[in-house]
Order: sequence, then C-alpha cells, then structure tokens
Amino acid sequence: MIALERRLEVSRFWLYATPVLAVGLTILSGAVMFAALGFDPLEALHAYFILPISDLYGLSELTVKATPLAMIAVGLALGFRGNVWNIGAEGQLILGAITGGGVALAFYGVEGPWLLPLMLLGGMVGGAFWAAIPAFLKVRFNANEILVSLMLTYVAGLLLVYLVTGPWKDPMGFGFPQSRLFHDSATLPTLFENSRMHIGFPIALFAVVVSWFVVSRTLIGFQIKVVGLTPPAAGYAGFSSSKVVWVTLLTTGALAGLAGVIEVSGPIGQLTPSISPGYGFTAIIVAFLGRLHPVGILLAALLMALSYIGGETAQIVMRLPLAVTGVFQGMLLFFLLASDVLAHYRIRFGSRRSEEG
Amino acid sequence: MESLAPIVLSVIAAATPLLFAAMGELVVEKSGVLNLGVEGMMLGGAVVAFIVGVETGNGMLAAAAGAAMGMALAFLFAIMVLGLLANQVATGLALTLFGIGLSALLGRGYVGTPLPALPKLYVPGLTDIPVLGPIFFGQDGLVYLSIVLSGAVAWFLYRSRAGLILRSVGENPSAAHAIGYPVIRIRLLAVLFGGAMAGLGGAFLSLSYTPMWAEAMTAGRGWIALALVVFATWQPGKVLLGAYLFGGLTLAQLHLQSMGIIHIPSQFLNMTPYLATIVVLVVISRDAARIRLNAPASIGKVFHPDG
Amino acid sequence: MTKLTRRSFSAMTLALGASAALPARAADPLKVGFIYVGPIGDHGWSYQHDQGRLAVEKAFGDKVETSYVESVPEGADAERVITQMVRSGHKLIFTTSFGYMNPTLKVAKMFPDVMFEHATGFMREKNMSTYAARFYEGRAVVGVLAGHMSKTNKVGYVASVPIPEVFRGINAFTVAARRINPAIEVTPIWIGEWYNPGKEADAAKALIDQGADILLQHTDSPAPVQTAAERGIWAVGQASDMERFGPEAHMTAIVDHWDPYYINRVQAALDGTWESTDTWGGLSTGMVNMSAFNKALPENVVAEAKAMEEAIIAGTSHPFMGPIKNQAGEVVVAEGATLSDGDLLGMNWYVEGVNGKVPG
Repeated sequence: MIALERRLEVSRFWLYATPVLAVGLTILSGAVMFAALGFDPLEALHAYFILPISDLYGLSELTVKATPLAMIAVGLALGFRGNVWNIGAEGQLILGAITGGGVALAFYGVEGPWLLPLMLLGGMVGGAFWAAIPAFLKVRFNANEILVSLMLTYVAGLLLVYLVTGPWKDPMGFGFPQSRLFHDSATLPTLFENSRMHIGFPIALFAVVVSWFVVSRTLIGFQIKVVGLTPPAAGYAGFSSSKVVWVTLLTTGALAGLAGVIEVSGPIGQLTPSISPGYGFTAIIVAFLGRLHPVGILLAALLMALSYIGGETAQIVMRLPLAVTGVFQGMLLFFLLASDVLAHYRIRFGSRRSEEG
Repeated sequence: MESLAPIVLSVIAAATPLLFAAMGELVVEKSGVLNLGVEGMMLGGAVVAFIVGVETGNGMLAAAAGAAMGMALAFLFAIMVLGLLANQVATGLALTLFGIGLSALLGRGYVGTPLPALPKLYVPGLTDIPVLGPIFFGQDGLVYLSIVLSGAVAWFLYRSRAGLILRSVGENPSAAHAIGYPVIRIRLLAVLFGGAMAGLGGAFLSLSYTPMWAEAMTAGRGWIALALVVFATWQPGKVLLGAYLFGGLTLAQLHLQSMGIIHIPSQFLNMTPYLATIVVLVVISRDAARIRLNAPASIGKVFHPDG
Repeated sequence: MTKLTRRSFSAMTLALGASAALPARAADPLKVGFIYVGPIGDHGWSYQHDQGRLAVEKAFGDKVETSYVESVPEGADAERVITQMVRSGHKLIFTTSFGYMNPTLKVAKMFPDVMFEHATGFMREKNMSTYAARFYEGRAVVGVLAGHMSKTNKVGYVASVPIPEVFRGINAFTVAARRINPAIEVTPIWIGEWYNPGKEADAAKALIDQGADILLQHTDSPAPVQTAAERGIWAVGQASDMERFGPEAHMTAIVDHWDPYYINRVQAALDGTWESTDTWGGLSTGMVNMSAFNKALPENVVAEAKAMEEAIIAGTSHPFMGPIKNQAGEVVVAEGATLSDGDLLGMNWYVEGVNGKVPG
C-alpha cells in the first residue's frame, strides 16, 4: 500500500526538484505521444523548446509573450493566497485596454511625454474598476467572486466589440471593426531595434519584485496569508477579510488592466475586437505553476510562453497540429501540479516508516 | 399558441446540455470537490459520442461512449486532486486545456461529417396533441434522461443515506473520516459521476443539438454550467430551474433582437444573460445564511487524513 | 532513434540556421506559408483556405513546400507567427484574416524580399498584396431563389459581425429577392461571432419561430442548415458545400474557393513575376462558386438563378444596380447607376426591406 504522509515542513529539496522532474516527465511522455502520432520525437522537442529561443529575436519574443502572463499572475497569486478567487482577470485586462486605449484615442494626435504614463494609469484604473465590482458585491452582498468576475469577462469582451464596431471605429477604416492606430506618443517604446521587447517587461519584473516584498515583508502581505490559511484565526487577530478582498482584487485588477493597456499600446498598437488570446485565464495556471511565489511565477510565465511559441514553431517546421500542443501543454501542467505533492508529503510504501526526507 | 411549442422546444434544447453538466458538477461540489474542467470533459464527451455515433450508427451507444469519455477525463482529474492532492482550481483549468486539445486531436478525421440527429420520441395520439404533445412526448431520449437524472440526483442527495454521507463528506471531511467513511473513495465516485454527466452534456451537443463535430463546439457551456451550480445555491431544483432560465434567456435575447422591439446594439443584448446571472447571484447571496445552508463547506480544499 | 531520422534532424537545424543568411538556391522548393484564424477543423473559413493550400501542394508537387499555423489570435501573436514564417525561410505568406492586416504590414516592411498576401484588407505595400472575394454576388443569385420560394415573405439571416462584407451580403440578397417579390422582408440576427454552432442554431430557431421560411447565414458552421432541415424550411450554405448537413433544405451554397487564386499566385512567385496587386474576385474568377442547386427546386426558378449568375459573370448585371432605396425609402442608387467598389468597400447600411437597425 502506498500512503502519503504530510511533511511537517515543506521540503526545500523537492520544492526545487519537482519542476525539473515534471519537465522531465513531460518530455518523456511527450516524446512517446509524438512518436505514436508519427512525428520524430527529438525533432518535435527541439522545435518546442530549443528553436524558439535559439537567438536574440526569439528571446525577445518570449519576453513579449510572457509579460502579460507574469504581470497578471503576480496579482492573482496575491488573491489566491488570501482565498480570493478572481477568475476574471481576462475581463479586467480588456477593461484596462479599453480605458487606457480610450485615453490614447481621446488625445489622438496630441504629442507629449505625459500621454503614455496617463494611458498606463488609465489602464490600471480601468482594470481596478472592473475588479472593484466583484469586490463590492462580495463584501456587501456576499456574491461569489469567481462567478461575478467570470461573467464580467464576457461583458467586457462585448463592450470592447461594441466600442470598436461603434463609437471608436476608425473613420478611415472602411467600416472594419478596429480603432485608429495609436499615434507615436501613445505607442510604447521598444527596448532594442528590430525587436518587439518593450518596457512592459521591465514593468513586469518590477511588479514581481514589489509583490515579493509585499508578501514577505509587509503587514498586509501577512494578513492576506493569515486570512487565506485560517479565516477564523484572522478574525481573532482582528484582521478584516473584507480588506483582504478589496486589496487583492484591486491590485489584481490594476495589474491586469496595466497588462491590457501595455498590449494595445505596445505589440498591437490599436484597439481591435480580440486583444488577448486568454492571457487572464492562462495566468491562473501560471500562478499555480509558480507556486504562488513571485519568482516562481516569472519562471512559469516564461515556460508557458515558450510552450505557446514552441507550438507555433512545431506547426511551421513539422506540421504538428495545434491540437497536439494543447495536449502537450495539458500534460506539462498535470505533471507539474501532480509532482507538487512530493514537496508537501512524503510517500510511504507499505507499513514501514521511512525516516529520510 | 401554435407558435409556442417550437419556442419551448428551443428552450429545452438549449437547457439540456447545461442541465447535464451542472447536475453532475453539483454532485461533485456537494462532495467538497471543485472541478473547473467541465468544459474539457464536455468536449471529450462530444467528440467521442460523435465518433461512436458515426461508426456504429447507434445513438444509445454513442451517448454511453460520451459519458465514458467524460468519466475517463474525470478520473484523470481525480488522480490528480484526490490521489496526488494537487490544487483543484489549477488542475481543473489544466483539464479544460487538455480536453480542448485532446478532443481536437481525436476529431480530426470527423470534421465535416454529417450525422442524423437522435430519433425523437413519437407516441401516436399523444405526440400529436397540439403544443403540449411535442413538448412532452416528442423529444429525444437524452432530454428525458436529463430530467430523470436530475430527479435522481435530487432524490439521492436529500432522500438517500448515501447522499447524506456524500454531503457530510463535503461538509466536514475530517469528521466523516473519523467516523470511518472512505472520504477519498466517495469523492472519487462523485467526480466520476460529474464526468459522466458532463460527457452526456457534450454528447447531447454533438448528437442532437447540432449533430456534427467541430472543435471547441461547446463554446463556453461548461463555464455556464459551473455558474449555474452557484446560481442555484447548490440545490438540484434550482439547478433545473436555472438551466431552463438560462436557456430561455439566451433565446429571448435573440428573439428581442430579431423582433426589433428595443433598439440597442446587439452586443448589449448579448450581455444580458451574463448580467442577469450577476443580478440573480447578488439577490440570492444577500441572504448569507441560506447560502451557508447549502454550500458545501469544504469545497475546493485538499483533504488529507493527517489534516 | 534511427540514424536516418537523426540525420534529417540535424539537417533541418542547419537549413534553418542558414536560411537567414544564404539566398535560396533555384532547386530549393518555394516555401509557402499560411496563417489561419481558426482551426482547420472549423469546416468553414479556415478549412476552405486550407483546401486552397492543399490544392497548391497538389498542383506544384515538390516545387513547393507549404506550412500553416492554425488558430493564430488576431492580436500581438500574429506578428510573431508571421515573422517566424519569414525566419524559417518562407518566401510567400498568405495571412487569411482581416485582423492580420497591421501585423502583416509591419512584417512586410521589415522583410522587403518576402512576398505577402493578406485576405480581406485594404493596406498594400510593394511586397504585400490584398485579395478578397465578392461573396455578395452569390447572395444575389440566392436572392432570386428566395424571391420565388418564400411563402411567408419572411427571410431569416444569421449574421456574424457587423463589417462591410456582411452588410454587402444582406443587401445584395435583399435587393435581388425583392425584385422578384417586393413583399419580402429580411430579418438579421447578429450573433457577434463567426463560428459558434450552438448559438447559430439558436439564432436560426428564433428566426424560424418568427415565421421565416428561408434561412440565410453569414456564419461558418452548418448548424443553421441543420436547423432548417429539422424544421422543414429552406436554407443556403455558407463558405463550403453544406448539402450533406440538410439535403432536403439546402438550396445551394455560396462556396469560398481559393484554389485558383492560390495556384495563380504561387505560379507567379515561382516564375518571378509576382507583383503586389489588389484582387477582388467573384463568380467570374471562380473565387466564389455556387454549389449544386437542390433538385427539388422548380426548374424555372433554378434557370432564373443561373441566368442571374451568368449575367453577373458576363458583367451585364450587377447586384447593386439601381434603383436601390435605403431603409428610409430614399433612392440611394438611381436607375441605371451602380454602386462603385469604393462605396461597397465601406458599406454599413441596410437597403429597404431589411428589418431592424444597423448594429453599432
């Protein structure tokens, strides 16, 4: 009989070893799947993990893709620690793109170094506003934030479509549903010539550092953890769970909104009906893969981004269907999540007690 | 009156896949487990049911195969969250991702293949009754099955001893464990049942609603089903009501749009089902005591005997 | 791992590394890339483009090498995928959705030696062509059928996203149908998506419940045709031949047929005669095809529809030939006049006979 025994302390060794183990297992079972489908496994793995980042351009693209994921996931993790389940970061991202992009359109043609900061601020306010709705309904009416934030995601998406097919439609665009291209002052500068790496990535890194500081060094970070782990204890200690709901949702919303405005002012350059391929949802997975730890999240965001880009590369160079990428990503996530057990539990075989670990 | 029957039939069709999936998820959540992978399991059920339907021409077998596929995916989820104690939210999302990819892979050869819809019941005399006949006696088997299973779920949860045990596991797994109930095994069965129901919901889509296979054809219904469970404050009767309400709302906004009664952009009309869900959610949640009465206390939390 | 695969593996790496630096040798196959907005399993828009890709492979054999990326989101990802196509040695790249316009333009400016083809857009460069199909011509042919076959004088129209292409379709159909039967009214339902079988079926049901006895769709799944078949009314397929999804309901389908255009452009690229162009092909160029007409349609009706098709091909008729009135009843195209391509490109209004207000 195999049994799991809870470790008194989380195993440091396994905490770091499990991601490696999971990636190893994914590569092994992925290779089996590729071979079973008639693709050369080595070539496929090479296309997934090596080719996309084999030069500077590839690396810069990796940061472009990972930026919104890391930014949103850092915020989400804060909430998840405090048992606040914001599933609607996608909607907050869209709202941030709408408000931040709205600033750009309102000042269309007006040059000035103040415009971009104003847009970023506008995006954060928009995202925070959209997250404030589930926060308010949760605190005031006890409405489940998972569902409110999820439903609001659909609403935000439709609002964006309304705006770009209606009032914000490009007057010179032959009636197609998209806004004008933002002018220069409203466009995020890139960091290097011939690359799309923009200042969003340093901003994301900054968010990672700040979040690490908040979680480990500040009172509110501590309160979030306590409320998340043992709500009754928090009550005795006088911490308010309403405060945690507000703080975490507003923070996540602001970060998601920031990610949104960065996407539209950076790599996209205008408002279109579809500005995010589900970053807000993927970020949930990223947050857990990173074990809710800011640095882990950064690494997880890079890994997720790589698997997406690798999926494209595998399609181009070996015609591996996109569906295979979905299955492959699913396997990677399953292994990473499953191997987590080793960090928190020790495996016992039979009735013998093992003393190591 | 004559024109009422087809409208009601449309609502029933729109509600049935939601009803299957939400009833299944209700049982899962009552046992204390949150499986966000409904969308993935529905897709798995849809594609396998369709493949079996095309290959055998047997609708019953196809639906059963869909349920089995939903169960298989649910089993994967169970291994992860019950066996390996992985986080339920993240695992559920991963299951959705996996289900989308796997169903697309399995269905590659079946895109653009037609399949005759499931046969509809026909009882001479009864089905011919105007309006009520086709509604009560002219549906396909899966519609009746969804109603029967809903009744069975309600009976099981509140009238049977096994249901009482399942709810106590969801309420306080440590206590249930201490009394000697096999918490993990009970939750496993609940998760498998949820998978089978999601698979049936998917099978209804690919066999009856729009008899075809297309990638991601569930189009978010798995998420709606999850919303319905909370919407219904974890009560089977309200899940049934909610599924029909949501189906009705979906069609109502299309009718409103085409009748041109109110002149507002279609995007705003399309928002109504989601906004309505939020409003209802707020109304029912205000009474915190009632929520607490029905919501499984341990939902989403990892259970391990060591505590 | 066999030796053979290992060698092909390393050879591929080398080829990739070299492609950026060395010009392709004449004997090398031309690498042609396709970017799709949906899965090729959608059996609609992306599926039809992929049929075009397969036709290219069949026509040119080992002179070309094609690849594709499916379900590429129309946001920040598109530019990366297009660039990856270029960097892996593709010399001719088709980007098959309107949302790829600005990304394609950006990449085209960066790589002047690579040929780009963007579907349905309006921005061009020296190395970037545009191409689109006059699907509305097919709608006019179908309008003739509906004008004769509707008994309730109500036609339902499952519409996707309010862009000029969809308006052109609704209007061309309505004009043609009302020339046969002025009592016909067309009711659109906008579902806001191109592909969502369940929602398309729901919209179809709502339209039928309100008395429509002919159903048109400008969405890509066969669900409306299926629904029409179930309810025993007529329907028209979209994008691909949908006959098998409702043989008794399917009057005909307006089929996207990219094969001739793709073969033509690849040939030009191989010959070195490729130039940036703006193609807007219709029935006459074979970019739009009518699938087989339903046998149950009366012969004289089919003959009239075919006559319309031939007149459009011959240029003696035009779907937007005056007199055409707008919803307010004002004449917007005078008798004898025809709407210009420029007017058609930006069309965002309804003609007389369409119910409801323009969305947005």
